[in-house]
Formats: sequence, structure tokens, C-alpha cells
Amino acid sequence: MKEPIKVMPGPVRLEYTVIAGRHLSRYLRALAEGRLLGGRCPACRKVYVPSRGACPTCALPTDEEVEVSDRGTVTTFCVINIAFDNAALPPPYAAASVLLDGADIPIFHLIGGTSVDQVRMGLRVRAVWVEKSKLGPTLESIRWFEPSGEPDADYSSFREHV
Amino acid sequence: MSQSNEVLSARYVLEYTYQRSVGPVIGRFLAGLADKRIEGARTKSGRVIVPPTEYDPDNGEAISELVPVAETGVITAWCWISEPRPNQPLDRPFAWALIQLDGADTKLLHAVDAEGIERMQTGMRVRVRWSEKRTGHIRDIACFEPERA
Repeated sequence: MKEPIKVMPGPVRLEYTVIAGRHLSRYLRALAEGRLLGGRCPACRKVYVPSRGACPTCALPTDEEVEVSDRGTVTTFCVINIAFDNAALPPPYAAASVLLDGADIPIFHLIGGTSVDQVRMGLRVRAVWVEKSKLGPTLESIRWFEPSGEPDADYSSFREHV
Repeated sequence: MSQSNEVLSARYVLEYTYQRSVGPVIGRFLAGLADKRIEGARTKSGRVIVPPTEYDPDNGEAISELVPVAETGVITAWCWISEPRPNQPLDRPFAWALIQLDGADTKLLHAVDAEGIERMQTGMRVRVRWSEKRTGHIRDIACFEPERA
């Protein structure tokens, strides 16, 4: 007789079709060209990257398209020490909120090209793009961000975004 | 790159690969399925609960006695699935049904392969169709099918 079963697989799986919308589609297309696009609010002047079409504070369309830099500042980060399915990199590795120069909201991405103990708030980083033939309408067009070698940003320059 | 204004869309899968701890009673129930045996929990009052619970729903007392029930039973309620989804027990239209197995006092939810909705009716007798490969999982029962006379 078979031993009692202790565990059974109980996966939860949801399959979606995500429709990006006009603004996010432009942002994604720009990534395929190696550029980062945001949208500026006409009232508060903040630049959202990516733009979802409207300013969440002012409720106005962010129709002014703005190209932002692929360099920025780590505002906050975490170190992933546990391996899990489909992990981006072998642990330990860092994921960080990166405030791109010219943007008013950070994006979330991997930090590479350095050891995790070098990752810190205020670290200046630059995007490492995949090779040109592999660029596509996805944030995976940026492999990760790596230290740019610039001096650390002062806390006051990104305090608002932590 | 084209200046297309077409809105992009993409397939997106959100998946959590959980392992569920089944507990001692369901653990024995599932192991029984691997041996083509369906077992229920017998309560103090003599009711047989299939699939088994760890506690008597009437008074909360722990249940440890499992008793075999038949692999035939009767449909007490059902609904027809005309467009099966991926990973459902059958890849053709089928019914989800509550089935009271002979010897059981409660109903088990499972799939019924009835070939067509016109064959389905409450009160219909059904029999287990076992999966060829059994691992100790509810899917060791492939489905139920109308009992042939």
C-alpha cells in the first residue's frame, strides 16, 4: 500500500493578454530603439517613466513626450539571496529603484557589473543595453544597470523618491 | 523602427508553483487513489464523508477511521462545460458534477465524460474511469462516465 501523500502540487496560474495602451506602447517602442521615454504633466511638470497617460496627482494627460537619460541614481534596493524559478540572475544579486536623470519617478531594474556589497543608496548607475540586434519593445532591452563611476548622488537629490 | 501608433499587447502569465500540504487524512485518501481505492471518513454517527475530512462536521471530533466506498455513484447536480479550458480534466465538452458514491453520505466534485449535454441528467449513475498513471492525486480519477447497464 502506498504511503500517505504529504504534499501535492497546487499551482495557481493566470494567463492574461496585457494591452499596453497608447502611452506605454510608445515607451516600449522607444526601448526597441534604445531610448527611454517619459510623459510630462502640464501642471506639476513632473516626468513619469513610463507614462501611463495621465498624471496621478493632477489628473491631466501627460501628452508631452520627454526622452530621459539612461543614467540615474539608485534610490533604494534589495539583495536577493534566495534562488527561485525564473530568477533573473544567480543569487546573490541586487534589484533597485533607479531614478533616471530627467525623470521624477524611479524604475525598477537589476544591478549588475558589481558585487552586491557595492550597491548603495545614491549609487550612480548607467543602463547596459543588450546588443542592437536583440533590442525589442521590452524593458529587457536593458540588461541591467551598472555603476557609472560618477561620485554618489547626495541624499537630498533623491530624498523625495525614497 | 516604424512610427506606428498601433497599441502593443503581449501574453502574460502569472504563476505560483505552490506545494500544498494535504494533512494526514487527505494524504491517506490520495494514496488510496493510487491503488484504485476510494475511501471516506466514518463519523461516530456512522456517516461516511467522501472526500474525507479530518473532523466530524457535526461535532468537531477528530476522525481517523477510513472506510472504502464504491467506484460507482449517482449524480446529484451538474453543470455543462461546453468550452473546456487548458488543464481541465477533459479536452472536450464535459460536465462538472457532484457525485454521491455508493456507500458515501456526501458528494464528491469531479468531471463527467458524457459525450453530450443531452446525455446528462441528475440521478444518472456513473462509474470511475481511472487514469493509467496514478501518483496519489485527485487526477488519479481521470473522470466519471455513465455506467453501462
